[in-house]
Amino acid sequence: MSGMLKKMSKNTKNSLITYGIVIAAYIVMQILISTGSISSLLEGLMVPLCYYIILAVSLNLVVGILGELSLGHAGFMCVGAFSSAFFSKCMRDVITVDIVRFLLALIIGIVVAAIFGILIGIPVLRLKGDYLAIVTLAFGEIIKNLVNVLYIGKDSNGFHFSTKDVLALDMEPDGTVIVNGPQGITGTPKDATFLIGFILILITLFIVLNLINSRDGRAIMSIRDNRIAAESIGINITKYKLMAFTISAALAGAAGVLYAHNLSTLTATTNNFGYNQSIMILVFVVLGGIGNIRGSVIAAVILTLLPELLRGLDDYRMLIYAVVLIFMMLFNWAPKAIEWRERYLRFGKKKKEAVQ
Amino acid sequence: MALLDVKNLGISFGGLRAVNAFDISIEKEELYGLIGPNGAGKTTVFNLLTGVYKPDSGKVLLDGKDITGKKTIEISKAGIARTFQNIRLFKKLSVLDNVKTGLHNKHHYSTVEGILRLPGYRRVEKEMDEKAMELLKVFDLEKSAHIDAANLPYGQQRRLEIARALATEPKLLLLDEPAAGMNPNETGELMEMIRFVREEFHMTILLIEHDMKLVSGICERLTVLNFGEMLAQGRTSDVLNDPQVITAYLGE
Amino acid sequence: MSFISYLINGLSLGSVYAIIALGYTMVYGIAKMLNFAHGDVIMVGAYTAFIAMTQAGISPVASVAMAVCVCTLLGIVIERIAYKPLRNASSSLAVLITAIGVSYLLQNIALLVFGENAKTFQSVIKWKGISLADGQLNISGETIVTIIVCLIIMTVLILFVQKTKPGQAMRAVSEDKGAAQLMGINVNGTIALTFAIGSALAAVAGVMYCSAYPTLSAYTGSMPGIKAFVAAVFGGIGSIPGAFIGGLLLGVIEIFSKAYISSLLADAIVFAVLIIVLLVKPTGILGKKIQEKV
Repeated sequence: MSGMLKKMSKNTKNSLITYGIVIAAYIVMQILISTGSISSLLEGLMVPLCYYIILAVSLNLVVGILGELSLGHAGFMCVGAFSSAFFSKCMRDVITVDIVRFLLALIIGIVVAAIFGILIGIPVLRLKGDYLAIVTLAFGEIIKNLVNVLYIGKDSNGFHFSTKDVLALDMEPDGTVIVNGPQGITGTPKDATFLIGFILILITLFIVLNLINSRDGRAIMSIRDNRIAAESIGINITKYKLMAFTISAALAGAAGVLYAHNLSTLTATTNNFGYNQSIMILVFVVLGGIGNIRGSVIAAVILTLLPELLRGLDDYRMLIYAVVLIFMMLFNWAPKAIEWRERYLRFGKKKKEAVQ
Repeated sequence: MALLDVKNLGISFGGLRAVNAFDISIEKEELYGLIGPNGAGKTTVFNLLTGVYKPDSGKVLLDGKDITGKKTIEISKAGIARTFQNIRLFKKLSVLDNVKTGLHNKHHYSTVEGILRLPGYRRVEKEMDEKAMELLKVFDLEKSAHIDAANLPYGQQRRLEIARALATEPKLLLLDEPAAGMNPNETGELMEMIRFVREEFHMTILLIEHDMKLVSGICERLTVLNFGEMLAQGRTSDVLNDPQVITAYLGE
Repeated sequence: MSFISYLINGLSLGSVYAIIALGYTMVYGIAKMLNFAHGDVIMVGAYTAFIAMTQAGISPVASVAMAVCVCTLLGIVIERIAYKPLRNASSSLAVLITAIGVSYLLQNIALLVFGENAKTFQSVIKWKGISLADGQLNISGETIVTIIVCLIIMTVLILFVQKTKPGQAMRAVSEDKGAAQLMGINVNGTIALTFAIGSALAAVAGVMYCSAYPTLSAYTGSMPGIKAFVAAVFGGIGSIPGAFIGGLLLGVIEIFSKAYISSLLADAIVFAVLIIVLLVKPTGILGKKIQEKV
């Protein structure tokens, strides 16, 4: 066993540790839930926890691995949530096996979010840095706004669409409204469970970690580290940027599917699919360490559960996040702070390098 | 037939003619030097050859194939690789991964094979590892294979950049001031390595350099640029003794 | 008649965007960073004026002056503590994310101090405005004052940058920080001054905005802030006249979208404008092209 571990590359070992942590955490939580040791409120946080982890990991693929700041991640979540909820509501009486319906909804949510990822990625990825960030934010807000003016109804003649109001759908008396503008979609089956969320986290990690440690992953990271050099050795910048962006969007779509099937009413507001949510996910990524996938998982868990565990701090929660975010950025990126850290905190590492 | 054949290459930025009427013809396996004072347009020539800039006049033939005005990625695939004056490594990737990224277009497996870790992934990754380690050995970097490129000492970073360029299996290698910032000792080692690369890989090399010891030591022919114009061209010893060249370097 | 009235309202809103956009564009031109917290400085300015007027009973003009002082100070402090250490960071994402953190911080401090409930801002302008064409066209005092204030600020700022010593220092720093330093220009001081001016303008914009749209909450600044950034990009980031033109155009586009298309889609249309501008002419109407050196 130890021989096998030695033979493994550092990356493989790191990935296995990450899976191990997630599986162990799941087992512990399941035991706590089954023995009734945790409050129902905390139990209700398990599915949100799962989609936050998926969102954080998928955003890290763009921010940490591709090296571009996307502020529209919640928009892809929104697309995944609404497309899948729409499907589930329509099929509620047609497909009666919950898990089959959910899996189909999941595929739909992922595919639609991926398509949006490609459509938005193609223009957006021509931009760089601040401009890219602000345009992703713009797309996110546009998606949220469009969903709020969308009305879809269904009657014996088929589907009816409008961007005005329910009356404009002009339906037969037997028609039902499926998407009701700002009121969103009501009556989505609550198919999402902690187990499904857990499996989706594992799949997300599997895709992201294996992608990073592959030929494509190296190409993506080479663009991050030096675009001009990457071009000079023949890396197709557009292709790999789009690949990272689309996979990230698709996974955010999966998170959106979980979100939609955990609530009976789905609406698009500033807090769930707006720019605030995108920033929230970014906070997870930054606190866990930009480019550090395991860090994203841990940060998402801590930041989702902490406020529930320390109820008294609730008022100050966001304030603390903000302070920690600023502090972490200064500590990790300011040239003076880096110098200071290397002088006082890295004695052990320096010695090791000297031996080499 | 010459491996690289450039005729009348030129580009202007605003009103400034940065490179004008540049001709060069490099034979297979030749070691060719491009020299000139600072700001003479040497790096601009490299940028024109590698598609970073589009020339507004002239023609570039590589192995008889017209690559004028092609995109950087196409030129890389056609067979020109380069290093940079200000080192451009993938700093957060390991030394080994830097070279493996250079192997990108020569070793393929699909995204799905990569994510699902199918046999194709394992086989090709093993090939890439072996190939990359071989290259690292040439540049005496194999012991540092698993540390981040950013943590390499300066001289080794320059060597890694050459190794990464060679990984693309180019026909022509462009080195932009490979000895910049090196001490005489390191420069000596580098000269040996460049010679070795030429012999071992049958490589054709065009290099920009200010270190005259290196230039006169390894280059067979030289072209001298001054203010974007060609000042002299020919065998190294002839060019270095050309009074015009001496004036350009030392001033009146 | 309604068309003219919409146009005037658009110009008024656009004037506010222009004042905010000036702050963005100056900071971007000189510090090369997108100050995401700029919008929230607007909110701080509006709250300061609100407290001064309602709690302390100070006159509107003095309240505005107070808001300007508080925001100027705030701008300098933010730059010094959060942005300056990151000026030479290896990734430009670092300072952008930090700015997002500052924005978050200001919003949440405001939430804690002033609570979740929105306050109703009393207009600082007591003048009722004018009525034209037998009362068919009413132009409020706020609208007129906003447009005039914006014009004055624009003129003063252009004169300042063109004619004064500190203004020239600003232009020098925005061209080349290193060279400016070598020429004996106090780069740190110049950047601080830029943040100070930008934040002072944000305070004015905050008061004008809330006088026209009297709901004041912790999030009041974020949307106008983002839209003003759109305006700055629209006009060409780094260009003072560009920010002015971009702001006015954006204000008019927004009001017309609300009036003729859909009020729910107005924001989406504004953002769509941004996307189209960035994709078609990324440097904006009056911007310059910058190429990366190899």
